[in-house]
Amino acid sequence: MDNTEKKLLEVKDLRVSFFTPAGEVKAVGGISYDLGCGEVMGIVGESGSGKSVEAYSIMGLLQSPGKVIGGSISFEGEDVLAYDKDQMLDFRGKKVSMIFQNPMTSLNPVYTIGNQLAEALRTHNKGISPAQANGKAMEMLTLVGINNVGKRMKQYPHEFSGGMRQRVMIAMGLICSPKLLIADEPTTALDVTIQAQILELMKELQKKTGMGIIFITHNLGVVAEICDKVSVMYAGKIIEQGKVDDIFYKPGHPYTIGLLRSMPRVDAEAYERLIPIDGTPVDMLNPPDGCPFAPRCEHCMQICLTKMPPYIALGEDHRSACWLRVQEKLNGGEGQNNG
Amino acid sequence: MAKYTLGRLGMSLVTLLLIATLTFLLMNSVPGGPWLSEKTPSPETIKALNEKYGLDKPMIVQLGMYFENLIQGDMGVSLKMQKNRPVVDIITEMFPVSAKIGFFAILWAALAGVALGAIAAYQRGAWVDSLLRIVATIGISMPSFVVASLLLTTFAGSNASLRFFPTIFDAALGVKAYILPCFALGVYPMCYIARQTRSAMLDALGQDYIKTAKAKGMKNTPIIFKHALRNALIPVITYLGPQIAFTFCGGFVVETVFSVPGLGRYFIQSISNRDYPIIMGTTIFLAAFIIVMNFLADFLYRVVDPRISIGQGGK
Repeated sequence: MDNTEKKLLEVKDLRVSFFTPAGEVKAVGGISYDLGCGEVMGIVGESGSGKSVEAYSIMGLLQSPGKVIGGSISFEGEDVLAYDKDQMLDFRGKKVSMIFQNPMTSLNPVYTIGNQLAEALRTHNKGISPAQANGKAMEMLTLVGINNVGKRMKQYPHEFSGGMRQRVMIAMGLICSPKLLIADEPTTALDVTIQAQILELMKELQKKTGMGIIFITHNLGVVAEICDKVSVMYAGKIIEQGKVDDIFYKPGHPYTIGLLRSMPRVDAEAYERLIPIDGTPVDMLNPPDGCPFAPRCEHCMQICLTKMPPYIALGEDHRSACWLRVQEKLNGGEGQNNG
Repeated sequence: MAKYTLGRLGMSLVTLLLIATLTFLLMNSVPGGPWLSEKTPSPETIKALNEKYGLDKPMIVQLGMYFENLIQGDMGVSLKMQKNRPVVDIITEMFPVSAKIGFFAILWAALAGVALGAIAAYQRGAWVDSLLRIVATIGISMPSFVVASLLLTTFAGSNASLRFFPTIFDAALGVKAYILPCFALGVYPMCYIARQTRSAMLDALGQDYIKTAKAKGMKNTPIIFKHALRNALIPVITYLGPQIAFTFCGGFVVETVFSVPGLGRYFIQSISNRDYPIIMGTTIFLAAFIIVMNFLADFLYRVVDPRISIGQGGK
């Protein structure tokens, strides 16, 4: 992507906390990334790493007691966090759409598919006639690969399979031609063959529309399939980010390496076993000082337990926050870091 | 659908038959009889009366005769309260009075209950919610005779400046006569519906499709009224079905306190008077009404929630 071009989305030092009775949970602890027009970025991390929370704060959908406490989100140069209520309503669904993890429950069971699709359009185009809205809805359904559209429009969600419902969700998300689509684990609840179809569809639609996608997932295989770049999150922080190839072939953080090792591969030898990452995720109420991954890290050093490592550039657009890489840098940039 | 309706109809008839039989047996096992009053008639008179009305026959024969007549639309005649007047006439005279009060009572109860419940759910934790919860709890726990008596003594009592309504129900007074009984009769269902709507709404508002609607950029009002409320209505409909029947047939307490000549009050009086045909008639009438309302409620589910299909399990 051309860097001189205005960025579609720029997130700077975003901090989100949940103020629970038990104390403040820093769900997102200062993350930064940007996304160019038409770029697809994966956010990878395990449950509770803050990846969804981060996405919800872009949409302004954080539920109380969650609150953005710092940083900035700018969309096409506009400060999203400064939007008032009406601007936010206008922004949501029109410029940025979101599709969710569970297509089985994300559609309202008591309204027809057509109704819910047209509603998405009519929310942002008050003047549009019902007939026009229906026409557009049918067009979108065809686009996402649903047959027999006329009949399907009048059906209810329970008459659709999971994969079909996710197609409907995608159609709904794209009906206002947003510039950014946030997909929060859109394939997690689907079985594998359907996952592949949905990914294929998203890739194809991305090419057709040129929209940007933020793809939230815990599945690195999905990332390899669809993303241009990846941010790996752990305990509310991005611990490594870079282009997809860099992350897969030159991972710089022990957590990323661990994730890759725990992923099944087609080219693995029969005797090779998957290697899990030992330990449990961080208790976000009492996060450790220093690197949050340190207690689970096989390379953990003294300094890891006391100080959060800074980002070290490992190449163009590839950076990682790990003391190992800091050390390598100090020792003259050997090892994996070959620029 | 037709098959289902027929099946339901058959079931309903069996239910009615059982209810009637049970009522008949219970009624006859209670000591006393219709002929007892301040001046006990002589044994000969009682015997003659029993013979005249068929009460001397064995119970099973009496029951058989009752059903035989019932099929022809004859519910017998009153033995005591309105002597020799057909029960059917009595019900057709009294039911409209009860039904009119019941209709307005359940109407305001449903409208206010659903609206308040929805507001409380949306404003969860705010002062509106707390206030409504207190009001609803009081409304549910306060027995209706207390509510009715309070209303009566306050707004139709001795305090002339507050006496807006008649103390004794008089249909000729029109709206004025109906306000207090309707209000009193609706308090409990209103509070109950409000509570049920609130919890169902909270449940609905936490669903994923609400998140979807928000992500579409929809405003709160359509989200609540279009997406959440319709899903929250199912438990309310479940409650409303039989409750409409009960309310239409009159609240005994409310009718007694406000001296309304309705079916509810008459039903209870018929029990203390052992006026057997009236007891049987009103019980069967009420039971049939409840069965019909339940059927309607089941039908309404289908309208509100397309996932529920009547008869066959899905398509």
